[in-house]
Amino acid sequence: MNFQEEFRNKDITRRLIEGIRNTAQTIRPVKLMEVCGSHTMAICRYGIRQLLPPNLRLLSGPGCPVCVTTGDYVDKAVALARISGVTISTFGDLMKVPGSTSSLDKERAAGARVHVAFSPMEAVELARANSDRRVVFLGIGFETTIPSVAVAIKEAARQGLRNFLVLNGHKIMPPALKALVESGTEIDGFICPGHVSSIIGTRPYEFLAADYGIGCVIAGFEPVDVLQAIHMLLQQVAANKPAVENQYTRLVRPEGNKAGQAVIAEVFEPADVPWRGLGVIPGSGLQIREQYAAHDAERRIEFAHEETIEKAGCICGDILKGIKTPEDCPLFGQHCTPVEPVGPCMVSSEGCCAASYRYLEKPLGKKD
Amino acid sequence: MCLGVPMKIESIDGKRGVGSYSGGEYDIRLDLIEQPKVGEYVMVHAGMALDKLDEDQARQTLEALREFDELSGRVS
Amino acid sequence: MGKKISLAHGSGGQLTRELVENIFVPKFRNDALSRLSDSAELDFAGGRLFFTTDSFVIKPLEFPGGDIGKLAVCGTVNDLAVAGARPLWISCGLIIEETFDIDRLEQLVSSIAATAAAAGVSVVCGDTKVVERGGADGLFINTAGIGAALAGYRAGSVGPGDVILVSGTIGDHEAAVFRVREQLGRKLDISSDCAPLNGLVEAMIAAAPSIRVMRDPTRGGVGAVLNELAGGTGCSFNINEEAIPIRDEVRGMCELVGFEPIYLANEGKIVCIAPAEAAGELLAAMRAHPLGRDAAIIGQVLADRRERVFMQSPYGGSRIISMPAGTQLPRIC
Repeated sequence: MNFQEEFRNKDITRRLIEGIRNTAQTIRPVKLMEVCGSHTMAICRYGIRQLLPPNLRLLSGPGCPVCVTTGDYVDKAVALARISGVTISTFGDLMKVPGSTSSLDKERAAGARVHVAFSPMEAVELARANSDRRVVFLGIGFETTIPSVAVAIKEAARQGLRNFLVLNGHKIMPPALKALVESGTEIDGFICPGHVSSIIGTRPYEFLAADYGIGCVIAGFEPVDVLQAIHMLLQQVAANKPAVENQYTRLVRPEGNKAGQAVIAEVFEPADVPWRGLGVIPGSGLQIREQYAAHDAERRIEFAHEETIEKAGCICGDILKGIKTPEDCPLFGQHCTPVEPVGPCMVSSEGCCAASYRYLEKPLGKKD
Repeated sequence: MCLGVPMKIESIDGKRGVGSYSGGEYDIRLDLIEQPKVGEYVMVHAGMALDKLDEDQARQTLEALREFDELSGRVS
Repeated sequence: MGKKISLAHGSGGQLTRELVENIFVPKFRNDALSRLSDSAELDFAGGRLFFTTDSFVIKPLEFPGGDIGKLAVCGTVNDLAVAGARPLWISCGLIIEETFDIDRLEQLVSSIAATAAAAGVSVVCGDTKVVERGGADGLFINTAGIGAALAGYRAGSVGPGDVILVSGTIGDHEAAVFRVREQLGRKLDISSDCAPLNGLVEAMIAAAPSIRVMRDPTRGGVGAVLNELAGGTGCSFNINEEAIPIRDEVRGMCELVGFEPIYLANEGKIVCIAPAEAAGELLAAMRAHPLGRDAAIIGQVLADRRERVFMQSPYGGSRIISMPAGTQLPRIC
């Protein structure tokens, strides 16, 4: 079976779009939120937003690690990058995220050793091959990525690589969803992250339907998946039966991936961590357990970072919560652009603001 | 944070493996997969196989969608 | 002459002379160069001239499908070709890092010579400088080129109803280089498409002299070129994503690392806009040429004054392809 091709079937997507339009006609205006950066990307890439009926609004929530990483974390990474003998290893996503005065991209241009990694294991390899350098891996993912980092830490421990460290910024999704609904964001349904769910299963979302009456559909990332998930949510609204449903049955099991959950629990423990725009959310993050403290950059390296400045006017937080739009932001398009981004919503190429920026009307003949 | 592609397992060596996708072969980790077998499909993210892809489930989903009646929004 | 380049090789003295006489002159083989005067003396019958220059700083120097030498010739030849000129003469300026292996230099110069011969151009003048270690990533090359206007062709204005074509699969060059640099994939057969395009361009113009404009989509890819072309036309472009030719291996690599193929550099492709009535013949002529086998019509020009590039997704929606902000970075999100 060609999994990608089958779930990109145009006949099926056409009929799902029809189905969505027909169902939407029978219900009041609806707001759905997707909470995964990759869903934001997929929706933009497939041009889905324009195909949806006018009474259906699709919001982008705090599901992209780039968007929810605090300026403080970037400042720490920048400070570490400036230390002689340190190599930063990071996913490309974080390179251009602005800290208070700099970014990793800028530090690299200034001579810092910054390595773009495709997997956390590469950073372990880097540490093994360069015993004279301390390799600090920037761990900022959600549950999809955390097992890989946990495996990498275990592997480094096994090999006795004391020069492999992780600057921990990992976050977990369900407490953030709770904080979101508690903060007053009015959502009729969540499109839940399919790959996070492949690790955590479907049960962590049940409180949303049971306690808040908000439906959840766990969705894959192909056009058929996203459209089917939207349709399932609309059906829930039409029947007034919020529930947790799994659209991504070919990958997500109700109990999730036990091995993934086990390795996360072995290396990390719950922590209260700050999310950009949402503040500190109890139990929404992870910290490295004492047993693996030898690989925790903050416990192993003495360093100070500049005081984190919150950019005046930046309302990324409200945008991530879905209560403001890019157009509401005083910096949007003038002081905050894709080339010179102020906040993370503009850094991520399919972030809310970067996506909206492309649709800005420009004076005729003027170049971007 | 969920960029992932489906890969077919071409070979296994302990916790490592080689997966094929769209004409290429890539090194992958199989730490999270219970009893991986050559020929099975896995969803790979950042070099790590997250879980196996279930062909039967995929077929069921597709079949239901082929029966999807857009007017009623139900499987006919 | 020693095995490695030293600062003395760039000083203009005996060692420089040896490089020129033992490597450059025999490989580039033409009268103008062999005279070794301060300037090349060239015969020209008159008419419009085209003149361009480009510098090459690629890393790594060698990659599947080519090397910096081949690239240095193709880049300049292609800039002339897509402007509607027959490339005639090129210059070749080398900036070499001290301790560069001379055998390796010879290989790269052979590559320049072979590519120039394939393109029908002569390397008529050059320069060699040597910089200290760390100064040049091994080797930097600058080439400048002169061409003569092709008879019967003059670029025209793009207008609504015109069609947009691409001469083949996109992203091959940058994907190949990226793959090698990052050591991505255990087995991933991607080669640069680096090639001199003047032969293909002449075939295209012969079939369709009414071609409005041609560009070679190098840095920034087809996406950047389409935005550049749209600006100032008072028109917009509508591109059909499904029509864009792309190799499975390149598409797969892009999906894996999160790249947009439309922004990847090409070194052997042409983007072309032509009147609709000429499209059929043009496409046939491109496909008949070895460098245009996968040529395709990918879109059309719209009477939409916003000067935007729209891309239709296979599912019915569309998105805007904007000017890329910088080089793409691999992502997990």
